[in-house]
Amino acid sequence: MTKFTAKAGWWLGAAALAGIVPVQQAAAQDAATVKLGVVTFLSGAAAGPFGIPSRNAAELVVEAINAGTLPAPYNSKGFAGAKLEPIIIDENGSTTEVVQNYRDLVQRRGATAVVGYVSSGSCLGVAPVAEELKTLTVFFDCGTPRIFEDEDHHYVFRASATSTIDSTSAARYMVSRYKDMKAFTGINQNYAWGQDSWSDFEGAIKDLKPGLKEEDPLFPKLFAGQYSAEITTLLAKDADVVHSSFWGGDLESFVLQADPRGLFQKERFYISTAETAMFRLGPKLADGIIMGARGPWGVYSHDTELNRWFRHAYTDRFGTPPVYPSYQMALSLLGTKLAYDKAAAANPKPGVEDVVRAFTGLEFEVFGTKIAMAQGKGHQGIHEIAQGTYKYDKATTTPTITDIVYYPAECVSPPEGTKSTDWIKDGMKGAKNCP
Amino acid sequence: MLTAAAILVDGLDYAAWLFIVAVGLTLIYGVMKVVNVAHGGLYSMGAYAAAWAVGLYFDRGLAPAGSFLVLALASVAVGGVVGLALERGLLRLFYGRDDILIVLVTYAAFLILENLVLQIWGVEAYPAYQPATLLGTMTIAGLPFSTYELALVPLAAAIGAALIWILARTRIGKLVRAVIHDREMASSFGIDVGRVYTVTFVVGAVLGAFGGAVTAPIISVAPGIGVEVIVLAFAVVVIGGLGSVAGTIVGALLVGLARAAAVHLLPQVELFAIYAVMSLVLVLRPQGLFAPARQRRI
Repeated sequence: MTKFTAKAGWWLGAAALAGIVPVQQAAAQDAATVKLGVVTFLSGAAAGPFGIPSRNAAELVVEAINAGTLPAPYNSKGFAGAKLEPIIIDENGSTTEVVQNYRDLVQRRGATAVVGYVSSGSCLGVAPVAEELKTLTVFFDCGTPRIFEDEDHHYVFRASATSTIDSTSAARYMVSRYKDMKAFTGINQNYAWGQDSWSDFEGAIKDLKPGLKEEDPLFPKLFAGQYSAEITTLLAKDADVVHSSFWGGDLESFVLQADPRGLFQKERFYISTAETAMFRLGPKLADGIIMGARGPWGVYSHDTELNRWFRHAYTDRFGTPPVYPSYQMALSLLGTKLAYDKAAAANPKPGVEDVVRAFTGLEFEVFGTKIAMAQGKGHQGIHEIAQGTYKYDKATTTPTITDIVYYPAECVSPPEGTKSTDWIKDGMKGAKNCP
Repeated sequence: MLTAAAILVDGLDYAAWLFIVAVGLTLIYGVMKVVNVAHGGLYSMGAYAAAWAVGLYFDRGLAPAGSFLVLALASVAVGGVVGLALERGLLRLFYGRDDILIVLVTYAAFLILENLVLQIWGVEAYPAYQPATLLGTMTIAGLPFSTYELALVPLAAAIGAALIWILARTRIGKLVRAVIHDREMASSFGIDVGRVYTVTFVVGAVLGAFGGAVTAPIISVAPGIGVEVIVLAFAVVVIGGLGSVAGTIVGALLVGLARAAAVHLLPQVELFAIYAVMSLVLVLRPQGLFAPARQRRI
């Protein structure tokens, strides 16, 4: 070795240790372990409704995967036999911070795969960096369809369906249940999630019931907390049906302010994330609210061996039942495990490219629901979704759901290659098997 | 007619809440010339302490009416202790230093308080709706309104009147006004300026915490509530003129009515309305509507 190459080797080694030079994770990975980055909100407003339930699920499922105690087909130990070493970090912060933390997770802390991200802003920021660092990254909750509709990705996957299924199924549910409705409106937080959710619902309900009158929708500031004027406005409107994608403290504050004023008795509300709040609010959540869970998750999940284990183990450890973000985290981890296990069939020590090949277009069943990685060139999952009506059972003091309808994926999702907004604009053509 | 009545009621309602939340900020600036960014943290701590205390109170099955007293006591306790600790332990070390430095110090205090809230109460939201539910609703112009939220209007009026009266008519008020007018001169006349600062800051902190406490029954007390409030509170006191209690009343009324009108008439501009009012006022009167006249030193 010449003096120059020896020196260069030292420098490169030091740089790699310092996280300056990206390490080829698959090659460098110790086959016995997979360092798994788990990213979700551990602080901030989204921690309570989404972050902590998903972190809890990650802890539980990773432990069970390592122990090999899950029901088939998840009953082998680890990812392709490699033990998982979870590194859980906080998603809270600006998109720049989230991206920096992702780089740190991969380059300095050596995460081989990352499962995470609640916010669509985080997902949009992280996706190109995941490609740059050639790191398997599975988004578990963020709903924006733009991730795979605007770009092709090689290392990025999302098993949970996009937010399009929330709004299209909600529109179908409302139209089928309230046939005499004349007008509709919405109250959504004034940022991407609220605007996109409303736009999809608005388009879908107009497709399904042409001629319906639309009252001016309301878009209060995110984390406004005070909704007195909005509630008065909704009380004074003629709308029969109101759409909302409020979440977290905003959702709970709105419910606490609107319920005593009789708003939920006057108008039929659809709230796409209400399932996250039903156990916390209990009797404060008015009977008759139509609530979503971003899939057939939480209270809508099917009775299977895996689901019975998950609900019991989660409730026993954390003192409250798992809500939909818990399920989204669990299914994303289990989907990633299946991809690793499938890749291991061809290569016992699979590298990232092997896992990507195995994950692309994968179909698997989890919690009694089939997930097909059928969009985004095999990187975006589609699955059924459930909608139902909230009812608080006073006798047993238990929040319950009645009148549940399951909408198959092919009814509420656009065909592969079609943008959600275009599909809705064109009348949701090709929707099949709708109940 | 219905819309006009609704705008008036909603506007007054929101203005009352804004005033209660912002008045501590303006009081501290008026006397101490400290832009207290930590006010949002005090609001947050007041809300959490009140929600937690109310939860405990109802769990013990005590008389529901007593919960209003619990709200007040929780905020006084938290605001008093934290306010005293901040002023004596931190701010006094920076008096006389550059204004920007003091803003940075209070911002740091705000971040510390936000973190303290997380350490004490965690990330879960705390609902403390019982006091608001107790009062039920009132019908105005055919629409039901929350009596608790309406009750904030006379409460805000009482706080405003009490502050103005204390500052204008009492011995303590005269001492405070002397300090506002000229700190050195007041000190040379034997006024304990340090004590006036401490008392003012603690009162301002208690008002900030009280703002959080009275808000707790109508919101879900969740992480981050202090961030939103501090921005709004600054908008209100800037419109009214930093340091003026009367200005804060007018600022809160302008913002409250503008926001209510926007929500009812043109919901697309709701977010814009508040800051449009602020921008307009600052263009016409950069020092705010009621900023106290500044003495010119030679």
